[in-house]
This record gives sequence, C-alpha cells and structure tokens, in this order.
Amino acid sequence: MTVITNVSRRDLLKGAAAAAGLVLGFHIGFRKLPIAEAAETPHFAPNAFVSIDETGLVTIVASRSEMGTGIKTDLPLVLADELEADWGRVKVVQAPADPKYGDQNTDGSRSTWQFFGLMRLAGATARQMLETAAGQTWNVPAGECRAQTGFVMHAASGRKLAFGDLAKLAALMSVPPADQVRLKDRKDWRYIGKPRGVVDLKDIVRGRATYGIDTVVPGMKYASIERCPVYGGEVKSFDPKDALSVAGVERVVEIPATPMPSGFKPLGGVAVIASNTWSAQQGRQRLKVEWDYGPNAGHDSTTYRAELEATAREPGKVVRNHGDVDNAFASAVRRVSADYFVPYLAHAQMEVPNAVAHWLGGACETWSPTQNPAQVRKTVAEVLGINETDVTVYVTLLGGGFGRKSKPDYVAEAALLSRIIGAPIKVTWTREDDIQHDYYHAICAQHLEAALDQDGRVNGWLHRTVSPPIEATFQPNIVYDSGGELGQGVIDMPYYIPNVRCENGTAANHVRIGWYRSVYNIPHAFAVCSFADELAVATGKDPVEYLRELIGPPRILDLKALGVLVDYPNYGVNQLAPELANEYLIDTGRLRGVLDLAVANSNWGQKLPPRQGRGVAVHRSFLSYVAVVAHVAVGNDGEVAIPRLDMAIDCGTVVNPDRVRAQLEGAAIMSIGNALYGNITVKEGRVEQSNYTDYLVPRIDIVPETHVYFVENYHLPGGVGEPGVPPTAPAICSAIHAATGRRIRALPVDPQQLKV
Amino acid sequence: MPQININGVEHTIDADPQMPLLWVIRDIVGLIGTKFGCGVGACGACTVHLDGQAVRACLTSLADAQGREVVTIEGLSADGSHPVQRAWEANNVPQCGYCQPGQIMQAAALLTQTPHPSDQQIADAMSGNICRCGTYQRIRQAIKSAAEAV
Repeated sequence: MTVITNVSRRDLLKGAAAAAGLVLGFHIGFRKLPIAEAAETPHFAPNAFVSIDETGLVTIVASRSEMGTGIKTDLPLVLADELEADWGRVKVVQAPADPKYGDQNTDGSRSTWQFFGLMRLAGATARQMLETAAGQTWNVPAGECRAQTGFVMHAASGRKLAFGDLAKLAALMSVPPADQVRLKDRKDWRYIGKPRGVVDLKDIVRGRATYGIDTVVPGMKYASIERCPVYGGEVKSFDPKDALSVAGVERVVEIPATPMPSGFKPLGGVAVIASNTWSAQQGRQRLKVEWDYGPNAGHDSTTYRAELEATAREPGKVVRNHGDVDNAFASAVRRVSADYFVPYLAHAQMEVPNAVAHWLGGACETWSPTQNPAQVRKTVAEVLGINETDVTVYVTLLGGGFGRKSKPDYVAEAALLSRIIGAPIKVTWTREDDIQHDYYHAICAQHLEAALDQDGRVNGWLHRTVSPPIEATFQPNIVYDSGGELGQGVIDMPYYIPNVRCENGTAANHVRIGWYRSVYNIPHAFAVCSFADELAVATGKDPVEYLRELIGPPRILDLKALGVLVDYPNYGVNQLAPELANEYLIDTGRLRGVLDLAVANSNWGQKLPPRQGRGVAVHRSFLSYVAVVAHVAVGNDGEVAIPRLDMAIDCGTVVNPDRVRAQLEGAAIMSIGNALYGNITVKEGRVEQSNYTDYLVPRIDIVPETHVYFVENYHLPGGVGEPGVPPTAPAICSAIHAATGRRIRALPVDPQQLKV
Repeated sequence: MPQININGVEHTIDADPQMPLLWVIRDIVGLIGTKFGCGVGACGACTVHLDGQAVRACLTSLADAQGREVVTIEGLSADGSHPVQRAWEANNVPQCGYCQPGQIMQAAALLTQTPHPSDQQIADAMSGNICRCGTYQRIRQAIKSAAEAV
C-alpha cells in the first residue's frame, strides 16, 4: 500500500493555538494538534486523530479510556460532526499510551471540556482539506464545495465526490493552520447535541466486548497474589509447598513490597502462578505466609473516626477567611451547629483490577483496563528499571473505573511477574482483593456552624473539614488536604454570606486513599447541603426558598476576594487549560438555574403521606451544576425507599444527551449507595469487608424513577461523569428528615435509627 | 474427562471437576462474554443458562455441568437478535457494559418463565445482578419492552 504523508503538517504546530482561539470563537484547551506518523498512516491523515482511506472509511482515534461514560463514542462524534463524516462509515479505535495524544488520564470528568475544541479542530481541518481537494478536482473555488455526510458537493453543478475518492489528493496537500480552519456554525451540528448509542453497544450485548480481563496472549500464565492484610506490611517468610501441590500451579514467587507510601506501585506479596485462574486461586488458598504487619496494624476506623471528629471540634488551618466570623458569632441571635461523618468507601467496580504483561527482555508490553495509560507506562518503567519508551500500554475497555483504575499498581504487578517467569502473565484480583486492598475514598469528619441574625439569615459560616489527603498515598507526612480537595465544596462554598471561615485539620493516613467518583465532593456536599437544610428547618422556612436566599443574587465568585487562602485549581482548568479559565468561573446564576429547574419538575410542596418526604440539594462540581430533589418513603422498620429523583444539570453544551442522562442516572445510584450502604471499616489494620456480601452496593430493588432535565445554553461543556453524585445523597438525607424528623449526619444511614 | 455442551458444541474438558464452570468457560473454552465479578454468587456477572435455568457459573462446578446444556451470552442468539438483546440495544442500557451479559442472561430466563413480569417480579428476578454503573432504570425498561416484543 502506498504511504502518503502530508508534507507540511508541522506547520500546524507552530503558533497555531494562540490564533485558533479567535477562529474557533473560543479557545481549544490544547496547545497543538498532533501529527500522524507516516508509518501508521497509509491514508489521508491530516492529524493523529483521524484518517480516511480510499474506500471512504473514516478512522477516529479515541485517546481517552472508556469506562462507561460513553467518551469513546462522544469525542469521535464531535470530530465526525465537524468532518461531516457519515457516522455509519466511522470506525473508532482505542489509542495505546502515547504522549502525542496529550493528556490521556481519564479522570476528573474532564475529557469533554478538555478535548471538545481540539476534536472540532481536528475534524474541521480534515473537512476543509477534502473540500479543497474537491475544488481542485473540479477546477472550482474550494469555497463553493461543501462536505456533507461523507461526500463533498458542488451545488452549482450538482457534482459530488465521496470522501474516499478525495482522500488520495487531500493526502498530498498541506494542512491549513488552525487560524485558517472554518468551524461549523452550531446550528449546523449534525451529531453534537443528539442522542447516540455507543460504538461498543452491539459487542456488549453479544458478549463480544473485550475488557482487560478478557485479554489472551499466547503462552500466557495466570497469577493470583496474596497481599498483606495490613497496608504497609511485608512478607516475613512463606511456604509454597502446599500451593505447589495444587494441579495446574507452576510457581510461587514473591513480589517485594513498596515502602510506604506506596503510591502507584505494587503493595507486594506472594504470587501463585498457574495454567489457569482457578488453579492460581486454589493454590493461593493453600499458601502459608508470615507477615510483618508494620506500623498500621493498630489502625482502627472507629477510634480513627473519633480522632478526626475531635480534630474537627478544634480550630484548624484557615483556608478561607472572609469578613469577621468571630464577631458574627459573638453578635448572633442564634447559633446552629452540626457534625457530619462519611466513612471510607470502596469503588467495587464490576471488573476487578487485572492486567496482562509480557516481558520482552528490556521492553514490556501491557494490556489493561486503565484510566491512566501514561501512568501505567511510567510506573511499569519505574518498577522494571527501563525507559518509558520501552513500555507499550494497550488500553482495553474498562469494566467500571470510578477512579480505581487511575492507579496502575495492578499492571506493575503483572510486569514484575512476567519478568520473573519469562512468559506473558495475567494477574486477576479476586473481589476480596479488590475490597480489601483498594485506594479508598477518604474517611471524613466535618463541623459546621452558622451564626443567624433575627430574620434567620446566615451572617457567619464556619466549616471545618478533617480527612486524610490523597497526596498521603504518594508522599510521607502529608496531613493537610490540597487546594484541589478543599476546592471540592469547602472553599468554593457559593452561598451569599458576609462572614465565612473554612478550616482544615490534620489527619495522619493509614490506608491507601484515592480518587473515587466525585472525590471530596462526597463528604463536603453532604455536609454543606445537609446543613443548608438544617438551617431552613431551624428557621422554619421552606428549604427551597431558603436555598434561594443562601445562593443570593446571580454573580461570579471571585474566590480571592472571598478570602480563599489556598490554590484553587477549579477542577484542573487553571493548570490544564488556563486559556479557558474565564469560561468556567463559579456562577451562582447557573446554580440557581438548576435548582429552579429541578424543583419546578418535582412536585415540590405537594403533600405526601406520612413517613414520606422530599429533600433538595444543589452543588457545583467538575465545572457543572446539578440540583436534585429526592422523594423518599421510610418504612416503619426504618428501611428507606426512594420512589423518585428529579435531577437538573447545567453542563453547558451537551454532546450526547442520552449519555449525559445515563451518567446522571448512574451517579444517582452510586450516591444512593454512598448514602445507604457504603461503609469500609478497619480493625487491627485489616479491612473488615470482603465482597458484595458485606460491602453492599445498590441493586435494582432500590432504583428510583429518575428524571433528568437539562439547562440549555451555549456555555462550553462541563463535566458529566461525576457531578450527579455529590448532591444526591444529601437530598435523600434531607428527605429522610422531612419524612421522619430524624437528621442523618453520618453515613451510611442506619435504618435502626429510623424505626417507628 | 468431563463432557459439557456449550452453545450446542460438545467439549471435552481436561480439568479438575471442581473447577467452576466460569473458569472452564473463560480460561479453557475461551468464551469471554461470561464475566467474573465476585466468585461467590453475589453479583450475577457470570450468569449462564444450565438446561434453560439461569445459574451463577462461579458456583456451578464442571462436574455439576457435566452432560448438561450450557448457554452463554454468545449462544443466546446467533446474531444478537434475541428480544432481550434487541431491547438492551434499543434502550441504550449499558454503560461500561461489563455486567450486561449476566443481566441479559438473567432477564432472558425471567421472560421465559414469566413473559410479562411486573415491576416487583423484575426486581425479584434481577436483584441478584449488580450493575455498579447503575443502569437499573434502563434494565427495567428494557425488560418491559422485550416482554412486549415477545
């Protein structure tokens, strides 16, 4: 096959980004459009994200990981829309780890906002070149040629050519710089904003979709790893004899422990290697391992909780200070305070951590369900002591991620084992491994206090939060939360209150803490939204009216002027795309907008039978705004049912409304789990739960009738995967209060306390 | 050596008769649609049909399956045309999709026994199948639309 390259693609790299903003109408959030490499592009490939062959097949690269959000479909849809591709002639391929694609860490609900502009540019560039090629072919001005669903048309003469017929000529042309690329007008969008099934849908329902756990490499062995039940423990000695007696077991080898904090690297342990998964697991059960449990063997989540709560009762490091809070409390007509608690949570994504690695003598190939391909590459290179360029990272579908698969420890395990045994190997965690060796969502204690004036308005607000920071998983002696963590509902608290102080107490860490869908927004929104409801109840006002008062007039928050003393990354915008920073400011008008929309659709205020109630919560996270009205019914036995949820989202421009809807439906279920079930406890350093039998997650019998509403506007896209989680749990808990008069301040809800 | 029939094909399996059917299907026969989720029958990701009944392949041994007919997601229909699969597609049920083969096999067995299930019957039959993405609302809807199509 002829290899055709676009000779002047590199022109695109030079200074294009600055000018691009003007042409695109907004900035693209990415500094360059990566070029395709000649060796892999025998077709028209104006950039690394798209190529078109002579049959007209359009291949679009998905550089972000698919864990259920639909991103593997939705970003290619954006590109296809600008390209005027026929979606039926589009093939989407998953990219391996490669720096040319830019950030591939599929985390923080940022794929769409980070890549929306770039995908548009990538598609529009290709379209414009095809139009130019058509103009040359017909000897007419390119401006008279218009691409339309896989063809280029010349209206005046009625002629048309398929993309495939133009690919060869277009491939010989130079790529126009970004400032000369014309984007479609949004009224002409063909795919953006319309519901669309995901590209893997048919494979999924036929059982053909391949996840990490489905990877098969010829000659592959299977491993199951026994890890120390206490974080930071090490193998003292082990006896492999009985394990080796199990049919199919071939070897037993030790993986050295990574000193704490272990970060992204393996915990270490003893691996049983066999000819199939079952034999490896059976052999492992016969292993005898002596452990040195290390310094966390005394960790007890009950006493730890008490310590965090005691810390939250004392002044902490001031992270936001506005007005004079002490004076506000001194002059208060009334003071209200409440303490809130959220336990450790486990991700419990359906597909356990797993990976296949193949050591090739100085280089390593890996296949894994990962949210963070670049980090797999880096960590595998580090543990093997080789160059990152010698690590190949293939990305499979992910059977759920929720933040767990941002950490590549399990891939590094496979890489180490493959080198030891000299063969490809698949590491499959058991569910017990997953629950007991997770990167847990941070346990968190909070104290809130409000100073009310004679009209019940909040004149002073004090919020203290205490939780182990994620950075403690990576660096020693980190005891304060980061600005990013505090910026998930504490320092960015949007209420219109003249005197505000936020404080952060210290917490020494004893387990692996990590990102879990919506992260620190979970405890913070639970506390702040619940407290708003408590204040409404305390002052005898309708919670919706009270929230509207708290939100105050529509305005853009200037966090510096509001006394924020730590760095506020605004969900990564300020670092990853500073040129977009002004597009994503905190807008209380949008907060109010989603509140009004959810309430208007929710039958708010209509009378309910006894032991039923409605609760409301509204929260901004991941650059989007979500309000939830929950309707609950509490049985006399204390069991909580949730007949209905009304959820409104303002995530700006919507790419695929069906997937946004699905993300909110799913976020609601996850948040119901956080509210009603999720609870990881630790005794003597050991996690007490082990499987779905004792770490409970929502099942179909709890599912509410969930309605999702969109605020339609022209803002740039915000995040979608996570923002539905934070407000749902507090809305449910406030509804429980409305139904029963019992206030939920600690999760998960204890039905015993709600009994008649 | 144990013989089992999977999706109409006879297989002679050289393995420990106590090996769960799940790992026989995945590691030995090489059909990957049946998923591992928990290993203790608590999540339903490995649901297959054994002589027409929905069972958890992680709790069914090779010996239990010997001489019986096993149908996995790959064998539910030749071309994805089973009414449940079509309803799953029409309702865009899956998110990550990992649990969906098990959900589909469970739902197909439900509709065989109860062609027009109520919400309560759906909840009862499907509550052993976890979807951590939370697609339950659409699962319920898809089962109802499949019931209408049957």
